[in-house]
Amino acid sequence: MQNYLDFEKGLAEIEGKAEELRALSRKNPDAPVEKEAAALDQKAHDLLRDLYANLDAWRKCQVARHPDRPHTADYIRALFTEYMPLAGDRNFAEDRAVLGGLARFDDRPVVVIGHEKGNDTRSRIEHNFGMARPEGYRKAVRLMDLADRFRLPVISLIDTTGAYPGKGAEERGQSEAIARSTEKCLAIGVPFVSVVIGEGGSGGAVAFATADRLAMLEHSVYSVISPEGCASILWKNAEKMKEAAAALRLTAQDLLKLGVIDRVIPEPVGGAQRHPDETISRVREAIASMLAELSGMAPEALRSARRRKFLDMGSKSLV
Amino acid sequence: MNWISNYVKPTINSLFSRREVPENLWRKCDECGTMLFHRELTDALMVCPSCQHHMAISPRARFEALFDGGAFVTVPVPEPLADPLGFRDQKRYGERMREARRKTGEHEAMLVGEGTIGQAEVVCAAQDFSFMGGSMGMAVGNAIIAAAERAVAKHCPLILFAAAGGARMQEGILSLMQMPRTTVAVQMLREAGLPYITVLTHPTTGGVTASYAMLGDVQIAEPNALICFAGPRVIAQTIRETLPEGFQRAEYLLDHGMLDMVVHRRDMRDELATLIRMLMSLPPRSHGDLPAPEAAAPAPLPEPAPEPAPAAKAPAAKAEAQPPRG
Ligand SMILES: [Zn+2]
Repeated sequence: MQNYLDFEKGLAEIEGKAEELRALSRKNPDAPVEKEAAALDQKAHDLLRDLYANLDAWRKCQVARHPDRPHTADYIRALFTEYMPLAGDRNFAEDRAVLGGLARFDDRPVVVIGHEKGNDTRSRIEHNFGMARPEGYRKAVRLMDLADRFRLPVISLIDTTGAYPGKGAEERGQSEAIARSTEKCLAIGVPFVSVVIGEGGSGGAVAFATADRLAMLEHSVYSVISPEGCASILWKNAEKMKEAAAALRLTAQDLLKLGVIDRVIPEPVGGAQRHPDETISRVREAIASMLAELSGMAPEALRSARRRKFLDMGSKSLV
Repeated sequence: MNWISNYVKPTINSLFSRREVPENLWRKCDECGTMLFHRELTDALMVCPSCQHHMAISPRARFEALFDGGAFVTVPVPEPLADPLGFRDQKRYGERMREARRKTGEHEAMLVGEGTIGQAEVVCAAQDFSFMGGSMGMAVGNAIIAAAERAVAKHCPLILFAAAGGARMQEGILSLMQMPRTTVAVQMLREAGLPYITVLTHPTTGGVTASYAMLGDVQIAEPNALICFAGPRVIAQTIRETLPEGFQRAEYLLDHGMLDMVVHRRDMRDELATLIRMLMSLPPRSHGDLPAPEAAAPAPLPEPAPEPAPAAKAPAAKAEAQPPRG
């Protein structure tokens, strides 16, 4: 069962028709429909290709949030072996919005950290829809420390709407937790690569994405604020999210031009949600290649290059 | 205080003549509604005399009240690219910038100054809430980096006064990147073994709180300041949780372990002076310190001093800092 986005309505109709024809031919094998159905398939494929070659910023936000996109747990299963989840911030709680632990990537031990949104009602609640509380960032700090002490590269996967706007999260200092996590990102002396696989939402994303190398999937987004939030503040109207999305320049393509990210990982036609396995394997190649770029660098060299990278940001313009 | 004119002339002169405020202006307290005489309010450092509400104070007025004799030198901040996204909402970003500059007489939302507080060298950075809500864009990031670099060069503490609604959305991702950038600035201070003190003022929210504002070696707040990541309205709207009295205010954060102290603005200078002297292993401060600058006070001592005095003191000067006005 395919979940269609609003701009995929035309596509849904064509694919629905093709499906109807095939259902008809199953009941009535003599009906000469296969040729017609194949033509519809081709039409659907062309439409999909054209749609996804020209996604505007708001559509990219919709694709980035698509529930069928592979999530952190899917990547962990497919990319790593011997994954050993580690839990807890040693202070208050285990935050299931953030998954992480030890694992092997191409046999090499690494630390993996990522936001997990969940994929059905039960798991979404378990993972708080990928919105970390302070304990999630504090767990990440623990894991980054562990990586630093045992000289293991860190791989982070970014997929969050943002930090959790809740009373408890505020009381337990989520600002401080995010700030410390970002600070830890900039302090560790091991290779650190990160991939935005869906949504990179504000401070909750920065807390794990402040890496030596940051890649984004072709239709993922990374932004200071959600288009809806920006629209409600600057346009005083949350319905203006399309305008806000365009103005924020939050697409992978624009962020590459601004020098904020290092590479864009192409998604298969129709987006990661239609081809999770192919997408994950492209992410694997990107991670391997980014790690290779950092191999052999001494801890101090890694740290100072990482800091320099952020200090130098802001020299490129889109206008 | 005519010796001030011999001391860092350009800066002082420019600030004396900067904004002509009509002396007969009345202003209503944002909190209790009392009508306050403008002069009375500025003398009280913008703290309402009737309810003690701490209103926004401009970085210059704060620095005048903070540095010895009100004297400071501004630290230059590298100019970032203007409007790199070509951002436009209902107004163009460039237009909003021009308005903010006209309104405040300042170039950007953070001012950096250096001078002495209680005779100890210090660099201060202060965010200007009246300049586009103090929002953190590339210029604010550059200011914090410049402040940290200056403090490292001078080997002195950095005191940062935060006040912002959050990141500057008109700079998109580049405003978000000020979170890591300013964190690098904090790390420069840490590695140089220098104190970084943050003073959180009303309001300090969003990405500002989640980066440099919360990374202080010592964290101070002004009374009743709103300090949060997600604001009370956002929480009420999205999660529909009922929020307790005083939620996200300075005293509440103090109770929840997020701050070291809440300090009234009139006491801020003394508290900071005491604090930085200890953190810098300087001898205790002698009180009544309004130092005469060396250039203006070359008077030879009538008798040999038993030991070299750590700093010259103007004996009868009142310790209380009066913000100079032109
Ligand atoms: Zn009042």
